[in-house]
Amino acid sequence: MANIMYWEAIQRAHDEEMARDPLVICMGEDIGVAGGTYKATKGLYEKYGPLRVMDTPISEGGFTGLGIGASFLGVRPVIEIMSVNFAWLAMDQMFNSAAKVRYMSGGQLTAPCVFRSAGGAAHQLGAQHSARMEKVFMGIAGLRVVTPSSPRQAYGLLKSAIRCDDPVFINEHELMYNMKGEVPDGEYFHPLEGSEIARAGTDVTLFGYNVSVHWCLKAAEILDKQYGISAEVVDLYSLSPLDREGIKKSVSKTHRAVIAEEDEAPVGVGSEVIAIINEECFFELDAAPVRVHSALVPQPYNHTLEKAAIPDHEDVVKAVLKLFGKA
Amino acid sequence: MKIEDKKRVLREMVLHRRFEERCYQAYIERKIGGFLHLYPGQEACCNGVMEAARPGHDYVITGYRDHVHAIKCGADPKEVMAELYGKETGSSKGRGGSMHIFDTDKRFMGGYALVGGPFPLAAGIAKAIQLKGGDEISICFLGDAANNQGVFHETLNMAALWKLPVLFVCENNLYGIGTSIERSTAVVHQHKRVAAYNIPADECDGQDIEVVYEHARKAVDHVRAGNGPYFLELMTYRYRGHSMSDSRGYRSREEEELWKQRDPIFILRDRLIKEGALTMAEFEALEKETDAYIENEVIRFAEESPEPRIEDLEKYVLAERDTQLPWLTGKAA
Repeated sequence: MANIMYWEAIQRAHDEEMARDPLVICMGEDIGVAGGTYKATKGLYEKYGPLRVMDTPISEGGFTGLGIGASFLGVRPVIEIMSVNFAWLAMDQMFNSAAKVRYMSGGQLTAPCVFRSAGGAAHQLGAQHSARMEKVFMGIAGLRVVTPSSPRQAYGLLKSAIRCDDPVFINEHELMYNMKGEVPDGEYFHPLEGSEIARAGTDVTLFGYNVSVHWCLKAAEILDKQYGISAEVVDLYSLSPLDREGIKKSVSKTHRAVIAEEDEAPVGVGSEVIAIINEECFFELDAAPVRVHSALVPQPYNHTLEKAAIPDHEDVVKAVLKLFGKA
Repeated sequence: MKIEDKKRVLREMVLHRRFEERCYQAYIERKIGGFLHLYPGQEACCNGVMEAARPGHDYVITGYRDHVHAIKCGADPKEVMAELYGKETGSSKGRGGSMHIFDTDKRFMGGYALVGGPFPLAAGIAKAIQLKGGDEISICFLGDAANNQGVFHETLNMAALWKLPVLFVCENNLYGIGTSIERSTAVVHQHKRVAAYNIPADECDGQDIEVVYEHARKAVDHVRAGNGPYFLELMTYRYRGHSMSDSRGYRSREEEELWKQRDPIFILRDRLIKEGALTMAEFEALEKETDAYIENEVIRFAEESPEPRIEDLEKYVLAERDTQLPWLTGKAA
């Protein structure tokens, strides 16, 4: 096991896959000569050259479509969209071309491409650089959506996404690139479907994904030490498809659920998980499930307002205490 | 063009025309649903370019006015008609419809219904050709109105920057849906817009197939020789409305009549007659024979084919739904 950073894990996955298959390429703004805004493609330009490590113009719709077109002929492009906010400009191609082409061609064409993008609110980046957009992607038929919460997942999910014949959107997080964690030394493919129990517990399930897994883990620690509540933390690394079985299994055990997301509440991950709980295990519930989420505002610049808009582990603790009638 | 090629292409163009007219009729009879964008009037564009290229070898992509392009690449007209009928035997198994004809065996990479959407896809196909080192080229057929989308400019920039083997064919039929080019576009001559990207561009009559062919040959040779992208604008006209719910109230009947004087099929027919290679009686027989083929084989196949099964509704959404691959399960293969 190597203890490496999230960005290093992503870089390693790129490097291994590019060394193995000459049709694996990567493209995006500043990913080559500059080495990538988050260093996720560091050193690849020197190793694989400009034909396979493509510094693109700032044309998200254009270069995303170009990558998708190349994938029709078996090229496996890893397309970095520097910030998920810019993905709005590429969505026509991602949704109308990549996600639908297999269906509307009756299975003749597939778009085996990977879209990687940094989402999430960082520090005071304001309304147009702080979007959480996973909820937009997870509603699109034909597109897989995964979101790594650790370097291990960042490495394994990218490896799997490159091998998978479907288009995969990987939602990363601006604040997580320097997070350290254990990654297996040998080749490792993380499943693109399912969920993971990040911490076992018996009294309540805390559902999180990406950054909110860490709020949940911290909250579980506090709930255990200060309140004697045993919380199970389920990591929903696959947002599309969501793991119906995993959700049902955990809630059937703990009978209570809190869903923590950095997204705003409407039409979000929480809404979807609660709908699945209702459909799969409503009568197992001892209390109504609760969402922890951002305020429905364009992200404010001001530090205090920004902090107020985004939830954290304390909000998860509060939600659980309320669920148990302790707050 | 050689006489025998011209005679063969005339036969093909008559098929393309009669096929489309038969689609119109089937639509009125409610056999075909959705939107239906027909090609009559523009036949010399697709045929002239593809005569200069290699159908089935070169990759072709286009917008929603796609039936004829698919057939020209080698798609079976029976399967195209079955697709319009929404049948399981259709070229896209009834999942695509008129705007989404595909035949990847013939390297027809599809019809797409977002105006301008195929521009970057075509450049991407060219990128794949460049990486794999083949002698194919990527050909993108779109209308003039697509050039007002941002991806047109984004794609031209990248195609020139990376010297991609892609030929952009602009079928300038003077209307974007129901708005004339003068009312929507600051520069009417589309090839002039391309100069900004340092891409060679040319414009010619799109009604005379021999003119199209000569200009297309130069274009195709340029791209195939590895000189990067090329833009060819063909001045043409569609007789029918944009789609089926279009009363053509935005243009005059006089204008339509003027263009019908320059019908691509009649231009070629009259030339062959003048050259002594065809008689009017032979042409009329060809039309009848074509209609009989469409009725007895194409329509019959579409009519008699089965509908897709409802159990298969979710088939083709994802490529790897039920497999045991390690990247889905995380378990060792």
